[in-house]
Amino acid sequence: MTRLVSNFAITLILVYVLSFFLPWWSLMLVAFTTGWLIPLGKFTQFFIPFLSVTLLWMLQAYALSSANDFILSKKIATLLMLDGQISLLIFITGLIGGLSAGISGTLGYQCRTLFHKK
Amino acid sequence: MKYIKFTITLVITLTIFYSLNNKLGSLPPLGKFLNPSHGVWQNELTESQNNRNVSLQYLSDKVIVKYDDNLIPHIFANNDLDLYRAQGFVTAQHRLWQMEFQTHAAAGRLSEIIGEPALSYDRSERRRGMVYGAEQQLKSWENDTVNLAFIDAYTDGINQYIHGLTSQNYPVEYKLLDYAPEKWSRKKTALLMMYMTKMLAGGDSDLEYTNFLKKYGKERFDLLYPDFFDINDPVIPKETDWSNFLNVEQTSAPNTKTVLDYTKETISKPHPDNGSNNWAISPNKSYSGNAILANDPHLGLNLPSIWFAIQLSSPNQNTYGVSLPGSPGVVIGFNEKIAWGMTNATRDVIDWYKIKFEDSTQSRYQYDNDFKMATKRIEKIAIRDKKTFIDTVTYTHHGPVTYDSNFKGNSDKIGYAMGWTGHLGGQNLRTLLELNTSQNYEDYKNAIKHYVAPAQNVIFASNEGDIALWIQGKFPNKWEGQGKFLLDGSNPKHDWQGYIPQHHNAHTKNPNRGFVSSANQHPVDSTYPYYVFNDGYETYRNRVINDFFRSKDTFNIQDFKNLHNNNFNLQASELLPIMIPVIEESNLLSDEKDILSKIKSWKYNNDINEVGPTIWQTWFDKLTEITWDEISQDTIALEYPFKYQTIYMMKEYPNDKFMDIMATPEIETAHDLFIKSFKYTVTIMKDIENNNGNLNWGDRKATYVGHLLQGLPAFSKFNIPIGGYSGIVNATSQNHGPSWRMIVEMSSPPKALGIYPGGQSGNPGSKYYDNLISDWASGNYLELNFMKDQKDDADIIFSQILNPQND
Repeated sequence: MTRLVSNFAITLILVYVLSFFLPWWSLMLVAFTTGWLIPLGKFTQFFIPFLSVTLLWMLQAYALSSANDFILSKKIATLLMLDGQISLLIFITGLIGGLSAGISGTLGYQCRTLFHKK
Repeated sequence: MKYIKFTITLVITLTIFYSLNNKLGSLPPLGKFLNPSHGVWQNELTESQNNRNVSLQYLSDKVIVKYDDNLIPHIFANNDLDLYRAQGFVTAQHRLWQMEFQTHAAAGRLSEIIGEPALSYDRSERRRGMVYGAEQQLKSWENDTVNLAFIDAYTDGINQYIHGLTSQNYPVEYKLLDYAPEKWSRKKTALLMMYMTKMLAGGDSDLEYTNFLKKYGKERFDLLYPDFFDINDPVIPKETDWSNFLNVEQTSAPNTKTVLDYTKETISKPHPDNGSNNWAISPNKSYSGNAILANDPHLGLNLPSIWFAIQLSSPNQNTYGVSLPGSPGVVIGFNEKIAWGMTNATRDVIDWYKIKFEDSTQSRYQYDNDFKMATKRIEKIAIRDKKTFIDTVTYTHHGPVTYDSNFKGNSDKIGYAMGWTGHLGGQNLRTLLELNTSQNYEDYKNAIKHYVAPAQNVIFASNEGDIALWIQGKFPNKWEGQGKFLLDGSNPKHDWQGYIPQHHNAHTKNPNRGFVSSANQHPVDSTYPYYVFNDGYETYRNRVINDFFRSKDTFNIQDFKNLHNNNFNLQASELLPIMIPVIEESNLLSDEKDILSKIKSWKYNNDINEVGPTIWQTWFDKLTEITWDEISQDTIALEYPFKYQTIYMMKEYPNDKFMDIMATPEIETAHDLFIKSFKYTVTIMKDIENNNGNLNWGDRKATYVGHLLQGLPAFSKFNIPIGGYSGIVNATSQNHGPSWRMIVEMSSPPKALGIYPGGQSGNPGSKYYDNLISDWASGNYLELNFMKDQKDDADIIFSQILNPQND
């Protein structure tokens, strides 16, 4: 349980901090590293970083757009053919971050199993 | 097993990374684009106090920028170099993507951003010599070190802004198309000048006219495309006395034959409605005794708007108006002493020369019974995700050979070269910058002298009570008929023999009638001692405007507003009374009777709730189409006669042979065409009513302001409730119209109103992106806050201080 929580929290914090200095894919490095260093179970190795970054990105996206009355997100949701649905745009944003994190976490975990013979 | 699993996961990871980090088709790179820290969420921002103070290099003193409640910056600097550096910085802060995109468009570089679909566009821009023209401008600027320093300061201001950007702060369009801004340069400003020159003086019909002449002969041509219409209310009043134009010599016509070639396809032309209105009244015609001036340039309706409103203040000037993002100074505006505005002079400044090359290498061409060397210009057009396209353009002394076997031509030994005043260089920016600081008529007259192209009707009013209008540009002094048709590039007599001396450009100062005005109509009447041919002159807006100013003794600001928003359809009022009696009511079905009664009750106003304009426009468009079927159905490039002449033909020559519809066995007259097009109109009206539920003009016209990037719907504004149409003083058609409306009363200090269909911010995420559109559509204006000095804080919502950087 603590592992779950610490993987979740550390991923979230590191992704957030590194985003100030590095491009978007820094989250893949973070999830890879936490996947390696804080190994989780078979499904959780994908799911926890997925949840962590999805939540972070959705919260960030919501905070930024609600502060500006969703003027641009409404237009982007039209542009990306989401029928102008802001919530869908925020959800997809989260999904993109989560998917990248989840797969990187899995890769990190699998790397560990390659190198750390049990 | 572990290894297989690992490999699979690795492949999936890399695939996800790649597909989220790169553009897929028209989709932006979604990882880059949607991540909250660098992507589009960072553009979800309305400009506010958060635009913190900044330090700029090379400033000699602090510059204060005050933003009013429409995000119009009022810049206060202690010298002009600081002022223009700040203008560059501030403009880039709000309009960077647009500035760069427009100059990329001018330079024929859109393929770099958009990819191969833009290649044909890019080639035609290169082949019409846009980059060459910009380079000629740069050369002319080098002789004018004072203004060059201002241009360089402005350039540097833009670059300091770009330098301070990180990718997360890029305007949203860069993120969408996944590219980055490049450094600004003098040359980009010159390219912007070319962008405007092409927009306003980049059209001609010489090759279409040549086709017509070859096919139908001179008599038919002169009837359908006359040098003067049977009515003329020119820019320069008819009563103007030209007798003080001493030693005027119109070039004498050589006795040469017209070159008769057929051309199938010509290069694209600017929007035919690119034009404008301006007018000014003298103190004795003004309600207050102050001269009053108004201007509204009609251009494509785009977002971000072509204009950026700004106040520029230094010890040398206090100027307010609209600027073109990418160019220093104010283009249309006023200061404490004068106001000025522009409409397009619409003169024929493009001529085409037939070039006969010695052989297919195109290295020499026939000229004056000899051969002359041509030069080559290699145009490298970078294409996104593709190999660079290389186009070789041959240059003659006339200009670039736009058409040859490589491009829209068919022979490798024959080409058509373009002679264009847009290739002459010139110091247009000097004119604009000097207008900014002009104090009176003499200053204005001196400022405009340097201006070459696109020729403008430059209107003027001062607080001393002077009003004036100069038609300013560099005009070839042509022989009678020169440049109407394709010219012979081998005959020296077909070269432009010289230019009309600047002081002989048509002008008027304080005319007796008490007002000056222009609306792209004929500049002069036939007594002007130089040759001017009818290059598509407006015949409706000018008459409504001039008749209005002849209608009473004095005018006030409300009169000016009413005139800007005047929807009277003079065209319809001159033809409908002839069309309607032709329709015999007794033979009509009930639907037809209904439409006829609706159009009968119309008072010729193109207001949004009227159905008359919807019926009229469909009727007239169909009528035009079936009248000129000889033209539209031909395989060679031809052009319809002007609207005025179309109506003239229907009234004066109803039995002309062109009235016949070629596809039908019987011989039609204009009256038959009125009936046929009426019946067609009734069916269309039924369709519209079934689909939209009404025939209202506003819904039918459906005016929109489209984003510069191919009208991206998400960033555009649709169904704007505004009346008017092309040819009406309120010249708002579907995607074209008054791009800036300004009224300035030359009191001390001046009182000014202005509005444009857009907003100050170029960011689609800002509430200032399109906030002015609804007021513009309703005919409202902003009261322009002409600040006397920086202490004047009314309507100011925040300030930005640009500090000199100490290092």
